[in-house]
Amino acid sequence: MTTGFEERRQESVPDRVQHLLHGRPTLGPLAVLLLAVIVFSIINTRFLNPENLGLVLQQVTVIALLGLGQTLIVLTAGIDLSAGAIAVFSSILMANLAYDAGFPGPLALLAGLAFGTAMGAVNGFLVTRVHLPPFIVTLGTLSVFFSLNSVVSGSETVRGTDMPAIMTWTGETIPIGSFHLTYGSIIMLLLFGVFFYLLGWTAWGKHVHASGDDAEAARLAGIRTDRVLLSVYTVAGAVYAIAAWVLMGRLASADPNVGTEYNLDSITAVVLGGTSLFGGRGGVIGTLVGALIVGVFRNGLVLAGVQVVWQGFAVGLLVLLAVTIDQWIRKVRA
Amino acid sequence: MSRPWVPRLAAAVLAASTVTLAACSGGSDGRPIIGLITKTDTNPFFVTMKKGAQDQAEKDGIDLRTFAGKVDGDNESQVTAIENLMALGAEGFMITPNDSRAIVPAIERAKEAGLAVIALDSQLDPPDAADSTFATDNFRAGELVGEWARAKVGEDARIAFLDLSPDQVSVDVQRDQGFMQGFGIDIGDPQRIGDENDPRISGHDVTDGAADGGRTAMENLLQRDPDITLVYAINEPAAAGGYEALKAAGKADSVTVVAIDGGCPGVQSVKDGQLGATSQQYPLKMAADGVTAISGFARTGVKPANPAGQDFTDTGVTLITDDPQSGVESEDTTSGAEKCWG
Repeated sequence: MTTGFEERRQESVPDRVQHLLHGRPTLGPLAVLLLAVIVFSIINTRFLNPENLGLVLQQVTVIALLGLGQTLIVLTAGIDLSAGAIAVFSSILMANLAYDAGFPGPLALLAGLAFGTAMGAVNGFLVTRVHLPPFIVTLGTLSVFFSLNSVVSGSETVRGTDMPAIMTWTGETIPIGSFHLTYGSIIMLLLFGVFFYLLGWTAWGKHVHASGDDAEAARLAGIRTDRVLLSVYTVAGAVYAIAAWVLMGRLASADPNVGTEYNLDSITAVVLGGTSLFGGRGGVIGTLVGALIVGVFRNGLVLAGVQVVWQGFAVGLLVLLAVTIDQWIRKVRA
Repeated sequence: MSRPWVPRLAAAVLAASTVTLAACSGGSDGRPIIGLITKTDTNPFFVTMKKGAQDQAEKDGIDLRTFAGKVDGDNESQVTAIENLMALGAEGFMITPNDSRAIVPAIERAKEAGLAVIALDSQLDPPDAADSTFATDNFRAGELVGEWARAKVGEDARIAFLDLSPDQVSVDVQRDQGFMQGFGIDIGDPQRIGDENDPRISGHDVTDGAADGGRTAMENLLQRDPDITLVYAINEPAAAGGYEALKAAGKADSVTVVAIDGGCPGVQSVKDGQLGATSQQYPLKMAADGVTAISGFARTGVKPANPAGQDFTDTGVTLITDDPQSGVESEDTTSGAEKCWG
């Protein structure tokens, strides 16, 4: 941007907001989150209670992790409809390997993580080697993984008490006053830190952004976009499998019937977080904020005694607003 | 970048699956065909129902074809299934309707074509659109846990409701309203959840009938009102999630949870003391009775019908608890475990 000081002074307020958001896509979602927190804490003073805030963080942990993997894929201008299916199937594999096949806990856990990573790699292979659009690939694998999930589990829930303790360890909490932090949330926050670094400060991160922004230009610049994409889908699979472990901790069980909405919820978190569905722009911190927005709305509306039908209504409106803002930012005058 | 083996591989896979499918569907050997159309393929309740139907079909020498909606609420897949059964020349079918009103025109066409139709688990709207309905009395199931809860917790409870969805689905409404009736709450319009104004109601939230929804809903309701003493849950997975939230809040021992279903994990939860009581329903029996009725029609030409003066055949519901209350009939978890499903 070469806009000089003199020119900028003459810009209108919306123009300046547009430029600001173009440079820092996380600012908008952050403002929405803060506003929601303020409004809900006025409606019900309990909202700001550390205990309640701890719960909101616990409630969004799984979706935030799925959104983390989803963000990587959306940054490459792709989309992953199979995120939730991979997570739920991974949790079922972990639980059944331990419960039915008698694997020791850590081994079952590692095997589940490996399977999740492999499921991500399958998506990546179909996208990069068979050259199918990500939407189609993950639409197919969504169905495949959910079906296999039913087959492997026999639609039966494995109870936490029948599993090795390590499987549900992620649900244990560290009390900080009345704020309860789960190990699952710590894992989630650490992973966001890791990927914030990887995307912002490594060659791999720059390649991911470049592949999404303009794949052809990236290829001409010498980036092997196929390899970048394959790595992105594989890494996302690994992140979903970690989400599976965290999910088992939260539910104290492995339930094959959870998660039918997780795919869309993870996309909601990404969109609300300011990552562009058209690729190249956005980041993981926005997704964490996006997941928190959904969590805060759901919790706040229940605390306010609002009828449950309005929860979905509010989140839907926010999504439409977020995409409208995204479109508006894209029209920024450089 | 051309990789010619990819299209060839795809073609080979397609050809192979077409041959396999053709081989599977060519198996009719003069046995009467009966269909079972469930809401989804994944819910253990419907998995059990399918098993009950398959066992009975084997005994009766029936060719059972099963179909399911893709998700709860998927009417179109069920309409397609009915059309397929008509094309196959089925004698009749059992259906757990995903949309009890929208499915009726397809059912009418099937009946005109001479098929016997039995609704399982939920009634059609209107109920006489099916020749007969085999179902749990969901209102009664709710009423039983409500009566038990009133005797156990007392009249001055603070009650949280873990409902199914925001859509006023009939099973959700009937169980919720039945519980209120059993507990002694003025239910207002029996067709609506949420129009009551009894001060003992601390709040409603929805769970999608699954553990994750149950946990989140319970956490939020507890934040709104920490003095909750009684939780009603639409089903056992929602109750299990709710229990995790109560446990995390240190309230597992001071709050009583009741649910409806009677699945094996739920009966185990009653035994472990996580659930105070559950109303047990019998999907195996529903399905087996349905197959018997339609195979009877295939042999004798007499269509199945509801008992005189009733709009459904009650397949029964039993209160399961290890903490019986006087004036409320119940059985213990040992008996519940013998008849549980899933």
